Amino acid sequence: MIVLQTEGLSKSFTLHLQNSARIPVLHDVDLAIAAGECVVLSGPSGTGKSTLMRSLYGNYRAETGRILVRHRGNWVDLARADPRLVLEVRRETLGYVSQFLRVVPRVSTLEIVAEALTLRGTSHDEAIDRARAMLLRLNLPEPLHALPPATFSGGEQQRVNLARGFIGGHPILLLDEPTASLDAGNRDAVVGLVREAKAAGTAILGIVHDAPTRDAIADRLFQLTPIRAAA
Amino acid sequence: MSNPLLEAHDLRLSFGSIQALDGVSAMLWPGEVLAIVGESGSGKTTLLNVLSGRVRPDAGQVLYRDPDNALHDVHAMPAPQLRALHRSDWGFVHQNPRDALRMGVSAGGNVGERLMAQGARHYGSIRDSAIDWLRQVEIGAERIDDLPRTFSGGMLQRLQIARTLATHPRLVFMDEPTGGLDVSVQARLLDLIRSLVGRLGIAVVLVTHDIAVARLLAGRILVMRHGRVVETGLTDQVLDDPQHPYTQLLVSSVLQA
Repeated sequence: MIVLQTEGLSKSFTLHLQNSARIPVLHDVDLAIAAGECVVLSGPSGTGKSTLMRSLYGNYRAETGRILVRHRGNWVDLARADPRLVLEVRRETLGYVSQFLRVVPRVSTLEIVAEALTLRGTSHDEAIDRARAMLLRLNLPEPLHALPPATFSGGEQQRVNLARGFIGGHPILLLDEPTASLDAGNRDAVVGLVREAKAAGTAILGIVHDAPTRDAIADRLFQLTPIRAAA
Repeated sequence: MSNPLLEAHDLRLSFGSIQALDGVSAMLWPGEVLAIVGESGSGKTTLLNVLSGRVRPDAGQVLYRDPDNALHDVHAMPAPQLRALHRSDWGFVHQNPRDALRMGVSAGGNVGERLMAQGARHYGSIRDSAIDWLRQVEIGAERIDDLPRTFSGGMLQRLQIARTLATHPRLVFMDEPTGGLDVSVQARLLDLIRSLVGRLGIAVVLVTHDIAVARLLAGRILVMRHGRVVETGLTDQVLDDPQHPYTQLLVSSVLQA
């Protein structure tokens, strides 16, 4: 069953501060992902992989075309949806693991991860227990759980981000370079999480540059082709 | 989805030749945080004052939906009714806590006063409630009888928030609530506002010039310039993919720490 689909999705940026230069990035992208399937975006740097991911999440505004997400059993077009509906889709249906962690400065790692569950209605106690287990699974030792992640290394922050992304159990997950700053052992932990999520019926779209991880999780690749910038 | 809690239609207000509000419309739904951003003089504080009934517009309408689903025209309401609304369903958090607190009354008294204004009469339960609210804003119960003037700036702001939230308002207006505080104090306050508002399901209209604050707290954002709304939408989308030239300038002008 298809759960995420784009139809004729195009996106360009207009830079008003630079003589209104227009930079086309995506042109007529048609992509469909089924439940339980992992699709990895491929194509050289600058072909719009991250722009596509961000557009799918509603972080960038789609210019033309549709972004259809199966939400509560119905199709929602995220390219046209009211902001409040987009927030609801993000809370319940569409998860996103970005490359960078962006959080309130003072909040502990454990609370940051648990929040992904409490937002979805889990009790605080249960959320904390599950957050602790998820962090341990991603090899973040317990003494770090009480600390805010601001001082963590890049790889540690990325694992906090992954824990937060995977714990919610969203039916659709977008992964932007989930293993970029991880060592081999932690990459294996991520591969394990992806496989479990797929088995549970989660649809996953990823940008994965490291070949061993990509080969371990991808059911197929989706090729993005560069479009010429307008002169 | 549910009905809006607050609706503003085509608000206009001029101060002499200055058009402070030039056809502003906005909606607020229960439980959401809406940020109003823009530079000084953009009209954002004027908009907050008109939305909360504190300043009357030249034209336009502000409608508030009460818990029984009845709509009230905020600027057509008799003054006592509007004051009652500000004491019960609504709250207002000022940038300067001294504008809201009574500096000659104890911390507990400041919280209790708002409860009493709403009809609470039992001294013991008012005091218990005050202690509970001080604890929620991370002020120790042993400070309950201290005067606010012995508090730091960050504590005063937390006390103002406790006083405001004690009556369980459905809608809180906030004017630069973290302005003028040290960054460490600001981080703590942001965390506090974020968790309280989320847990209690309060709707908030937040005026700030700091787009990082808007990003952390608000689901939706409204960008103002010269008394007009130039762009509005999902907060992270407006900040990460701004469409209007002014929003692009605003976002690109932020210093990276």
